[in-house]
Amino acid sequence: MPGEPVHRSLGLTDGEARDIERILGRPPNHLELAMYAVMWSEHCSYKSSRGHLRRLPTTGEGVLVGPGENAGVMDVGDGIAAAIRIESHNHPSFVEPYQGAATGVGGILRDIFTMGARPIALMDPLRFGPLDDARSRWVAEGVVSGISGYGNSVGVPTVGGEVAFDPCYAGNPLVNVLCLGTLPHERLVLGQASGVGNLAVLLGSATGRDGIGGVSVLASAGFDEGDEDKRPSVQVGDPFEEKRLIEACLALLDAGLVVGIQDLGGAGLTCATSETASRGDVGMDVDVSAVVCREPGMEPFEVMTSESQERMLAIVTPDAIDEVLSLCERWEVRASVIGRVTEATSSRAGRLRILDGFEGAVLADVPAASLHDDAPLYDRPLARPAPRGRAPEGLVPGNQDLLDLLCDTSWIWQQYDHQLFLNTVVGPGGDAALLRLKHPTTGADTGRGLAVTTDGNHRWCAIDPRAGTALVVAEAVLNLACVGARPIAVVNCLNFGNPEHPEVMWQLSEAIDGLAEACRAFGLPVIGGNVSLYNETAGTDIHPTPVVGVLGLVDRLDARPPGPGLADGDHVLLAGASSDALPSELGGSAWAWRHGYEGGTLPALDTAAHTALAALVRGLVADGVVSGVHDVATGGLAVAVAEMAVGSKVGVTITAPGDDVFGEAPTRVVLSVPQGAVAEVQDRARERGVEVVDLGLAGGDRITIGGAIDLGLDEVVAAWRDRLPAALGAGVTQG
Amino acid sequence: MTRVGVVLFPGSNCEQDALEAVRYLGGDAELLWHGDSTVQGVDAVIVPGGFAHGDYLRPGAIARFSPVMAAVADHAAAGGAVVGICNGFQVLTEAGLLPGALQKNRGLSFLCTTVAVRVESTDSVLTSEATTGAVLRIPINHFEGNYTCGPETLRELQGEERIVLRYVDNPNGSVDDIAGICNADRNVVGLMPHPERAVHAILGSTDGAPLLQSLLKTGGRLRATA
Repeated sequence: MPGEPVHRSLGLTDGEARDIERILGRPPNHLELAMYAVMWSEHCSYKSSRGHLRRLPTTGEGVLVGPGENAGVMDVGDGIAAAIRIESHNHPSFVEPYQGAATGVGGILRDIFTMGARPIALMDPLRFGPLDDARSRWVAEGVVSGISGYGNSVGVPTVGGEVAFDPCYAGNPLVNVLCLGTLPHERLVLGQASGVGNLAVLLGSATGRDGIGGVSVLASAGFDEGDEDKRPSVQVGDPFEEKRLIEACLALLDAGLVVGIQDLGGAGLTCATSETASRGDVGMDVDVSAVVCREPGMEPFEVMTSESQERMLAIVTPDAIDEVLSLCERWEVRASVIGRVTEATSSRAGRLRILDGFEGAVLADVPAASLHDDAPLYDRPLARPAPRGRAPEGLVPGNQDLLDLLCDTSWIWQQYDHQLFLNTVVGPGGDAALLRLKHPTTGADTGRGLAVTTDGNHRWCAIDPRAGTALVVAEAVLNLACVGARPIAVVNCLNFGNPEHPEVMWQLSEAIDGLAEACRAFGLPVIGGNVSLYNETAGTDIHPTPVVGVLGLVDRLDARPPGPGLADGDHVLLAGASSDALPSELGGSAWAWRHGYEGGTLPALDTAAHTALAALVRGLVADGVVSGVHDVATGGLAVAVAEMAVGSKVGVTITAPGDDVFGEAPTRVVLSVPQGAVAEVQDRARERGVEVVDLGLAGGDRITIGGAIDLGLDEVVAAWRDRLPAALGAGVTQG
Repeated sequence: MTRVGVVLFPGSNCEQDALEAVRYLGGDAELLWHGDSTVQGVDAVIVPGGFAHGDYLRPGAIARFSPVMAAVADHAAAGGAVVGICNGFQVLTEAGLLPGALQKNRGLSFLCTTVAVRVESTDSVLTSEATTGAVLRIPINHFEGNYTCGPETLRELQGEERIVLRYVDNPNGSVDDIAGICNADRNVVGLMPHPERAVHAILGSTDGAPLLQSLLKTGGRLRATA
């Protein structure tokens, strides 16, 4: 905009510009302003959310690294640690779905191997607009292709995720990605510089003009008409470069050649150099002319804020540099010395100086820590929004409801390599992913398992972000129990609208409280997170969508868990709260929403009863007592039982306690139990104080649920199987 | 003990899985670096899955020029066993060690799923321990697995019983349901399914074991004097 002050066009407010001048004691030059603009963006500084995030519990048994580093790290026994992180790549994926999703995968992988961990699994929680919207279909297909194209090629299996469709995401899809890695304890490294005179080596891709201002222009503002022109702010991914970078970096760490390492993501070199310096209480001189560029004539501010992908910054001692360079050459990874660690100038680290040649002109000179620690912190106003929607009433469940609520997601995950590394015991389509836990360097099988699940529910959180978020955590705990795992840690990705809307800030604050309460109740530390704000288009915010990733452990993994299936002739048992469905308990259910009732109140969560049920289910799975297990979640009892039926092609005839077919009350699990094991299940349940009801029998070629549902199994299978292929271009499956 | 060398190109990603599976089945396995001009005297070579050199240009098109591939060709010419799995199959066709080519799947999307394949010939280094007609459940994981070749080559493959594995329900449009073939000397085999993903019961199938065991039992040599 002509006449607009430079700081505003970079996304800084007038107040923030004044703060920068106060820190420097002089007006910033253009390069300095550009560096502050990216580092003080919402995306990098969490300036609207930081104050609230402090309320989360972050410590607990086994936590090796909590929030604030590139990834959270848990001790998982046998000298092995697990690194886990979840991030969003929402805005880029709307502008350019393939590359947006692909570079989201690349970015999260770097966060994991930065810690010294080998990435072993990815998960992708996705949310799109409705399938009958052409733009949403285009976004969905592009995102899935991007994850497939990048993840498969870079060689990290995508073992799970979730997908939901809702009109609120039509103008702002959510593309979250979680990565899990393992490392031997001794390889754990933190992204910090130390040792005056040490060298900062830039590894990987040449630096280009792609992604300049990605964090400030794209990720920290909403969408309006004509935002196609934001496309140059999206980066382009190269999975082959990333694959070589992973191998080179892990080899450097194994050889003990680096003292610190940091990935380049949002805010590029500015972030990596300033973060490593300030974490290590040192300063850094950066020779901007030593950065290898993709094109001539790039300005220093472009080099310092470029978000070109597949780059890492390693801090190495001068005597190790030759070995570092030769190891990089073996893996065909470009490496150039671009910085030197300098002395601290105060108690809070040193100066970050950008130079044109190490002995050349000083182009920028700022206190390294000020780019992080002095970032603004906003206590934005909160306002509880008016209650939304109508409470469900007078609804009568029917066959069509069930058919429309079912969705086989295999069209998506068959495009992902979900088996690489020979770990995947339960892959996509199960309640949680379950992986063999092998030693990351020796490959020795520990006989134990790592489990991961991601969960979110925009309907629950739209009605009540606090209770809804707690229910989401509870669902994840039960998902893990269904594969025999006990939860040990949580990461979260908080997808919300515009924080300048007081209603959105209230939702965020409430969701954080709900997350904190649930994590305390289940004894789970929150070891990392990501906040994605400004998920809005033309002034309309998405529903609040906190997504949690929960890591679990299986202490003895010697058989495959039964999975969500039915065995012919089995008894179908419902374990847990067998609620009489009060009308209020339909609030937030997918069924009520489908009929336009988007209000009401959520069913209550009893965390003690929930913990008891999870323990019961874990034991039943571990001891092989049941032949099928599935938690009741979206779509209630009917969808849970139908998913078990279509998965195993076995019919079922059951009653529905209290005529509750589609209610989503928590703390319920459906079990398929052989006749001879029913008494044992009942005994075990009684010992734990968990109620169990025998609903009926599996078998036959119909799905009959109470008086509400009676359908041929084939018809249900077809509806379930064909929904995504029919909508997303592959046509109806044959056979 | 049979020594198996697993070729590692930049961009390979199934090399550790191949090592693990061979060792699990009692073989001795080591990596062969793509930049070395030797196969280090191993009995059998596996060219594993992945995206060698990023699969840029065309899968296998750059990998065939890696120095190790000349040594692999010499090893094959001397009668040594060579097995290309998935991307390895693509590399072997590009290198001219096997006929034909792998094009994009009929459905034009990547496909990772477990399929049924039928053993059509036990006369190869990878199928000698299997049973003709046996149906094996083995994962596939590829975008370019749709095997194609000229009509003359196809007649040759059919006539010489060099189609060693066929899909029961063709997932990718492959000509004549071809999942795996061998060369005329039957010591070079290429297949799209991943037998190394099907040796641990806990992962869902052990049907890949007889294939890799064939490689280990023959010691890389199908016949005493190949």
